[in-house]
Amino acid sequence: MALSPDEVRHVARLARLALTDDEVAELAPQLSTILGYAEQVGDLAADDVEPTTHPFALTDVMRPDEARPSLTAAQVLAGAPAVEQDRFAVPRIVAEEG
Amino acid sequence: MAATQRPDLTQASAADLAGSMAAGEVSAREVVDAHLERIAVVDGVDAQGPVWSAKTAGRLDADEPHAFLAVTAEAARDHADDIDRRRAAGEHLGPLAGVPLALKDVLTMRGAPTTCGSRMLEGWIPPYDATVTRKLREADLVVLGKTNMDEFAMGSSTENSAFGDTRNPWDLDRVPGGSSGGSAAAVAGMLAPLAIGTDTGGSIRQPAALTGLVGAKPTYGTVSRYGLVAFASSLDQAGPFARTVGDAVALQTAIQAHDPRDSTSVPDVVPDLGLHLQDGVAGLKIGVVRELQGEGFEPGVEAVFQASLERLTALGAEIVEVSLPTAPVGLAAYYLIAPSEASSNLARFDGVRYGLRVDAPTAEEMNAATRAAGFGAEVKRRIMIGTHALSSGYYDAYYLQASKIRTLIANDFRAAFDQVDVLVSPTSPTVAFNLGAKADDPLAMYLNDVATVPASLAGIPALSLPAGLAEAPGAPGSALPVGLQIMAPLLRDDLMYRVAWAFEQATGFDPRPSGPRAIHLDGEVSP
Repeated sequence: MALSPDEVRHVARLARLALTDDEVAELAPQLSTILGYAEQVGDLAADDVEPTTHPFALTDVMRPDEARPSLTAAQVLAGAPAVEQDRFAVPRIVAEEG
Repeated sequence: MAATQRPDLTQASAADLAGSMAAGEVSAREVVDAHLERIAVVDGVDAQGPVWSAKTAGRLDADEPHAFLAVTAEAARDHADDIDRRRAAGEHLGPLAGVPLALKDVLTMRGAPTTCGSRMLEGWIPPYDATVTRKLREADLVVLGKTNMDEFAMGSSTENSAFGDTRNPWDLDRVPGGSSGGSAAAVAGMLAPLAIGTDTGGSIRQPAALTGLVGAKPTYGTVSRYGLVAFASSLDQAGPFARTVGDAVALQTAIQAHDPRDSTSVPDVVPDLGLHLQDGVAGLKIGVVRELQGEGFEPGVEAVFQASLERLTALGAEIVEVSLPTAPVGLAAYYLIAPSEASSNLARFDGVRYGLRVDAPTAEEMNAATRAAGFGAEVKRRIMIGTHALSSGYYDAYYLQASKIRTLIANDFRAAFDQVDVLVSPTSPTVAFNLGAKADDPLAMYLNDVATVPASLAGIPALSLPAGLAEAPGAPGSALPVGLQIMAPLLRDDLMYRVAWAFEQATGFDPRPSGPRAIHLDGEVSP
């Protein structure tokens, strides 16, 4: 299938990628070619074939709910771009009221 | 400079180095220093301070492989000194104690940078060790440094690193394969006897093939992914690079173990990889995969593959042609599944917890601007493919269908292993290609992985080992390594290595790079 520039912009928004117009222009035909190739997967598997998401059928295991040594807040925050009051700092997420 | 090098130490196998150290003929410190010296001479790093840093794009020299992104020189010397002290004190040490190795920059190591070849993580120092890193330390293997890679392991040539291309020690104008190209170049260039890589769709096996090495993807789930920065979680697996089968066996043995910190770590025990290593292949049935040859495979690669089959026959194996009917669609399924998982895994790089942030007024704009600046073109492409494939209205047609193909491929392998003990194919359809040759055609680059992705999708163990040399198309007189891929049933890594060991003995491949533009043992490059 061919992806239009507007569809590329829509996917970029979902992926939180601020693409330039040049990138959109380059990606539209590239993604169309790759997805066109990938469409081979459509015809082969019958409806009753179960999908595989993992090579082994593993089941969840439980461990005792015990406190264990872990990284300190300072160690974890040391790599963060912005920190305030021992927390990750981010720009405003919720818009201000009218 | 070259005169001070110790080729006797840098050319030696890990097994020989370990033997010499155990016998007291050489110290771990001498072995580590010899390799650090060769890295300083050959790889063009800035050999200053506790952590040597690599030159980056723009400052790179075409006569340097650029295998390493960072060399942890001080930590390596300290570790070697500690091993020598403990050996002198009579402490029991592991079989590879004191052997140096290179670690792909996708695995965390406390106190050393982990970039994954990306601007996104430039300058990040992880606060914890990957389980693989911890296992290496417990086995007293000495980490020399972190190796270059395609950004977040996405690529087949190591041209997608934000920090510049890695070059193939056999011909510095050619790619080493990828994504673990830095690890491959380190071992092929005699900068380290061993290296750790990671393989999602062939990222250990294909570079091993292109650089004349042994490289193995263990059974999925047998080596912990804790601390391995995730690309495609259901496929990623760390494994060894070495110049001999025996060394690869020893390194895989050192890193494999069940790990409660990895929810996909299998509880099953892999059979002792060394126990039947030297039993030979007489009486074994070896399947040739009909779909993994012919169109798209270079004539030189096919000729070496045919000679390999004759060698296996001469060793007493029975060669049987088998079919994996769904394998030709494996690549299409892989290039939906892996990008889908990547688009989800790489959502964590949002400018909040680690790495780069580009400031913007709102959180969403900050996320999008950070990701636009931090990711390179191939990573953006894969995130876009994966996001589209998982998006509303397309999920069933793409991701679900691809996951069903995965079932069919696993079934194909199961049926094939009812008939034969192991399967073989060429590892890569081509020998090492020139830098830039496929950089503008993403789909052509993806086709490099056609023979390696089926085993990845099925989770089975697979390795590549040198099968001979072949002429590259358009380069008369060239002689570049060709790899033989051996695939075995789930958890039968031991059988894979047993076939590899017999093949290696009969092949007598010389891992020392030769030919035009090869790195020589004295560190010089032939014209």
